[in-house]
Amino acid sequence: MSETFDYSVVDGILTEHGISETAIIAILQSIQEEYHYIPKEVFPYLSEKLKVSEARIFSVATFYENFSLEPKGKYIIKVCDGTACHVRKSIPIIERLRKELGLSGTKPTTDDLMFTVETVSCLGACGLAPVITVNDKVYAEMTPDKASELIKQLREGNADD
Amino acid sequence: MCNGDEGDPGAFMDRSIMEGDPHRMLEGMIIAGIACGASEGYIYVRAEYPLAVSRLKKAIEQAKEYGLLGENILGSGFSFNIHINRGAGAFVCGEGSALTASIEGKRGMPRVKPPRTVEQGLFDMPTVLNNVETFANVPLIIRNGACWYKSIGTEKSPGTKAFALTGNIENTGLIEVPMGTTLRDVIFDIGGGMRGGADFKAVQIGGPSGGCLSKKDLDLPLDFDSLKKAGAMIGSGGLVVMDNNTCMVEVARFFMNFTQNESCGKCVPCREGTKRMLEVLERIVEGNGQDGDIELLLELADTISATALCGLGKAAAFPVVSTIKNFREEYEAHIYDKKCPTGNCQKLKNIIIDASLCKGCSKCARSCPVGAITGKVKEPFVIDQSKCIKCGACIETCAFHAILEG
Repeated sequence: MSETFDYSVVDGILTEHGISETAIIAILQSIQEEYHYIPKEVFPYLSEKLKVSEARIFSVATFYENFSLEPKGKYIIKVCDGTACHVRKSIPIIERLRKELGLSGTKPTTDDLMFTVETVSCLGACGLAPVITVNDKVYAEMTPDKASELIKQLREGNADD
Repeated sequence: MCNGDEGDPGAFMDRSIMEGDPHRMLEGMIIAGIACGASEGYIYVRAEYPLAVSRLKKAIEQAKEYGLLGENILGSGFSFNIHINRGAGAFVCGEGSALTASIEGKRGMPRVKPPRTVEQGLFDMPTVLNNVETFANVPLIIRNGACWYKSIGTEKSPGTKAFALTGNIENTGLIEVPMGTTLRDVIFDIGGGMRGGADFKAVQIGGPSGGCLSKKDLDLPLDFDSLKKAGAMIGSGGLVVMDNNTCMVEVARFFMNFTQNESCGKCVPCREGTKRMLEVLERIVEGNGQDGDIELLLELADTISATALCGLGKAAAFPVVSTIKNFREEYEAHIYDKKCPTGNCQKLKNIIIDASLCKGCSKCARSCPVGAITGKVKEPFVIDQSKCIKCGACIETCAFHAILEG
């Protein structure tokens, strides 16, 4: 157990969901919402509280695609590459975003922890294809140029903060 | 248990019900609870639908306020509670036993059946598992009677079905049509035909586990039996329409990539088989296809379908099999002629300089990362096709639009 990690947030989450093995997914989801990823310090703590092995919790955290064990950027950009977006040319949008931010399929987050670019299988907004979301806000009918413009705006908006 | 893990890319019917009319679905679940004597209901919603989760929560609260959910509903002695579980991004959790495992807080991996979910489902209790649309249809059938419902649609496939119409089509969106409506009506009447006046090429039906239907299937009625005969299925009800600029081999690769990513890894045929199929498809679109690749794909498809543990694996090869069946000549063009008939596959493109437009400025030669472009300044430059890696860098730099892909 880490001595520097503040477990009060995790305690709050455990109270909300109840101390139960079946709530593991919901607990991990709430932790991820709080930290934007799952800090490794929580595994031994949860293991003790829930009375299940660390391996069991780790197996759940690594099975589901939404859980990340690596810190993510302030702006999480999800590019939909579902069938409908794919046939309406989503790949050039992903390529442009990665090029602009110096990212790749194996390096999804910028070093300054500002942007994370990932693909999702379907956002269920197929009528607006191709779509991307930035922190769950939907941007419809995207093009590579619109994506570049969006990055520019986000950077400027961040400078204003 | 209600399956709202609408994972098929290109389908969003369940999303519209959960967000737009959640009470209809809750009512269906309550009725199902009465019918089978259940007192607990679970809704599994995929993580990508946060709005659906918040509306369902609100609807459950409202139903409780009216005394339609909770203990002793309307003084009937019947109690029913509904819980919401959010998915965490695993496509395989749409499969019944994987979904059950996920609600129990485990890795969402399917198990061997039998016992089936109805015998031994959630927490090892008998479980009724249906889709969102199914539950949402129940209140209407109870209110208007089964005869009313059966008067719509065809004899073997009664009622209506919602489809998500997307892709290269003029009108995208959700449609609800009687079962048995033809594909032609759906695409050219309701859908308003192809976008930008392009020619219809194929329609992908039933998500990544479905099949690709071609022009000759346009008059096929959309019902369970007819689609099954044509090697496709209604599945989730996603209809992704593709025009003649779409490369079917690339589409097959796309679906295999999806299924391979989403394979949970439990059974060997799916875990290894989809990987091998993806490798073959990748080498075909990259221009390294070999004689016998089509047969190899079909053989792998056959084995995976026959031996995989769950529906995801069993259906994983359908898009490949149906594209080979309907568009075999496209596969052959990629493998034997090293050509992509639609010009979609980057590695199979021929990039050439139009000598009549080239001013000989040498900009392209300087941009080429492999030194494949040579020439004398003020004279037309040429690309050495044996060196060209088809990256397209030269096309972007040419100020005279003299470099073309073909």
